[in-house]
Amino acid sequence: MLRRFVVAGLAAAGLMAAANPAAAQTLDKIKKDGVLVVGSKADYKPFGFRNPSGAIVGFEPDLAQDVADRLHVKLQLEPVVASNRMQFLQQGKIDLMIATMNDTPDRRKVVGIVQPDYYASGVNVFLVKKAAVKSWEQLKGQKICAIQGAWYNKDIAEKYGADIVAFKGTAEAETALQQGNCIGMAYDDTYFVDHLNDPKWAAYAMPLESIDVVPWGLAVKLEELNGPWGQFMSATVKDWHKTGKLIALEKKWKIPPSPYLKKMHDEAK
Amino acid sequence: MVDLAPVWDWFRRLHETTGINLTIFYDAFDRARFLNGFLTSLRLMIICLIASVVIGVIGAWLQGSRLALPRWLTQAYIQFFRNTPPLVQLYFFYFALGSYLHTTNAMGLQVPIVSGFAWAVIGLSLYAGAFNVEIFRAGIEAVPKETVEAAEALGYSRLRAYVYVILPLAFRISLPALNNNLVNLIKTTTIAYAIAVPEMLYVANQIWSDELNVPEMMNVLLVIYLALVGVLVFVMGRWERALRVPGYTS
Repeated sequence: MLRRFVVAGLAAAGLMAAANPAAAQTLDKIKKDGVLVVGSKADYKPFGFRNPSGAIVGFEPDLAQDVADRLHVKLQLEPVVASNRMQFLQQGKIDLMIATMNDTPDRRKVVGIVQPDYYASGVNVFLVKKAAVKSWEQLKGQKICAIQGAWYNKDIAEKYGADIVAFKGTAEAETALQQGNCIGMAYDDTYFVDHLNDPKWAAYAMPLESIDVVPWGLAVKLEELNGPWGQFMSATVKDWHKTGKLIALEKKWKIPPSPYLKKMHDEAK
Repeated sequence: MVDLAPVWDWFRRLHETTGINLTIFYDAFDRARFLNGFLTSLRLMIICLIASVVIGVIGAWLQGSRLALPRWLTQAYIQFFRNTPPLVQLYFFYFALGSYLHTTNAMGLQVPIVSGFAWAVIGLSLYAGAFNVEIFRAGIEAVPKETVEAAEALGYSRLRAYVYVILPLAFRISLPALNNNLVNLIKTTTIAYAIAVPEMLYVANQIWSDELNVPEMMNVLLVIYLALVGVLVFVMGRWERALRVPGYTS
């Protein structure tokens, strides 16, 4: 029975692999079509969000626009979420992913994460002040809202014993937090920056130290990381650090200055 | 207690030698949460199956009422739950209705009265129940009028005729259609993941995000749902045969 099950699994995995067309050269394809398709967040203010007219704007869409300008092609933004962004890249639905993705060793095996990284952030919990939580250990047994597919959910559950209640997107998780389905929401610390000065969120705070501070990487298909497309993006990111483009965009979108960007900028000068 | 360590080790070796990564067997944390997800799914399925059949039986009875109000209410219920997507219903229950139903706990925090699991049970039971009402109604209408009149002539009240004469016959006619709807219900329980009920799809989604073993977990899910639906179909098939009245319907 067990063996048969494994064989079925292998067959299914093989079918999936066969469905993928042979890796085309993305850079050639972009130039030929005149369109660059970038996967970006649409629910992550100010890094990628929808403005009142429905267009996706923010720190990362601006970066995507810069890439398109360098290639003299049109930009098409494709909204992605944490649980589908890597699959979209593998399937060729997007040419490039700039979607607040943390650079982790596991992910490097699945997608081509371009070096150097372009940003860095940590994980924090946006907590209701009344819960009076002062340390991560106090989260034990408490319900914490989160996003489905986030890599740190397991860490917070396993290390600190929190009871993770995960939703599809940030809007659902925030609504659940406001309705008292959980005492706090675990997410990237950069995301809550916008909330701390918002009167709507006056009853909430971010009292804990950020954990797991990790760099953010943009990604291309794994097999193209060392090809022309991966190398082009690597040179682009280096240029962003050197010219201070990233720091300028950080200011434009009112993101508090990140120590990581300053360090990278100083090193590149 | 049987020592399962060698089995878990076999799956660890399977990963090392073939790359097939089934953490739900060899990683204690993943194993515990997947088992928990499986049991949550099972609990959700069983409660909803029973509740939806009960709703169907009661609803079909109310639909045949001589009073206009119960008939009208049942009809409104069916139209509402049959004609809206179940995912939308769940979101509506959890986020819209849930926001009005809260209480204050010892810490002074607002907490909801109805949990995500309870909303999933309520939503899915009402959804499948709406279809069951129509399925049972079809069965009831297929019971020959003469049989009902005979029961009335023998002095049965409306309720007693329903319970002892109409329903047993109608139930036999309804079983194949009921089968279909219950299979559908089993599969629909997966949408509870949208309101963070830690059922199997929810847990599998978190595991494949952590371990990046999407194809493996997809296969695990398919095999388990095939098996669960298989069990239901088998049981319902046996029941259908056991209830068969020779010469009456197919």
